[in-house]
Amino acid sequence: MDTLFFWLLAAFAVMGSIGVIFQRNPMYSVVLLIVSFCALSGLYVLLGAPFVAAIQIIIYAGAIMVLFLFVVMLLNVGHEDALAGGMRAIGGAGPRRFGAVLSLVLLGELVWALSRLQGAPLAPRGGQAAASVGTIGLKLFRDYAFAFEATSVLILVAMVGAIVLARKERP
Amino acid sequence: MSLPEPTFNSYLILSGILFAIGTAGVFLRRNLITILLSVEVMLNAVNLTFVAADRYYQTVDGQIIVFFVMTVAAAEAAVGLAIIIALFRHRESLNPDSFTSLKW
Repeated sequence: MDTLFFWLLAAFAVMGSIGVIFQRNPMYSVVLLIVSFCALSGLYVLLGAPFVAAIQIIIYAGAIMVLFLFVVMLLNVGHEDALAGGMRAIGGAGPRRFGAVLSLVLLGELVWALSRLQGAPLAPRGGQAAASVGTIGLKLFRDYAFAFEATSVLILVAMVGAIVLARKERP
Repeated sequence: MSLPEPTFNSYLILSGILFAIGTAGVFLRRNLITILLSVEVMLNAVNLTFVAADRYYQTVDGQIIVFFVMTVAAAEAAVGLAIIIALFRHRESLNPDSFTSLKW
């Protein structure tokens, strides 16, 4: 059962991500990315990490993607090519083809390197007493307390920065 | 129908594929919003690696790092989108090639 779900969710994640790239309309890209995130969340459940699965849905699919959707709707840009008028020299077909080749090389390299490892079976999920939310919380607030507090400052700075950057210029 | 049992390597390879897809998006697309979305795909591929390694080594540190990655991704998305809005006000375009001059 787990096996079937793994391959199903993996297929969803990969197809969703490919769709993100090849959609011309950013709106569809965002929605397909949410599909991909939900599939990844299912994979986290399979891996015995329900806390990460929950925050994947709540933070990524819920908060960050809604932010993206807001901006896509606010800017109201439809087709990418309609905006591409007056292309300068940098973005021509040559560099894009070069980029495509480079990313294919990266894909081949990663798959080759990772498949050369010994097939390591995963430890059974039941033995993972570590993964409960309580354990994560204890570890987060004891060992990682400083990083946690630094994160809150980071979020505050990002919030102020976003407001300042996106504000309309006063004449 | 008998599918092969997923091992640690299957998760790593899936993560590698997702990362390569994200890289291809950053290289190929000519839309700032889609480029940011591709960066999110790459971040998620890395998160998958962390969680899979967590399961493999029976720890929770990877899940905590995933938590921090998500927080940083949220901050990055907020600032990036604010910059995109500011740029769009000036040029009415989302093509990165129209933002080649430092001053206008």
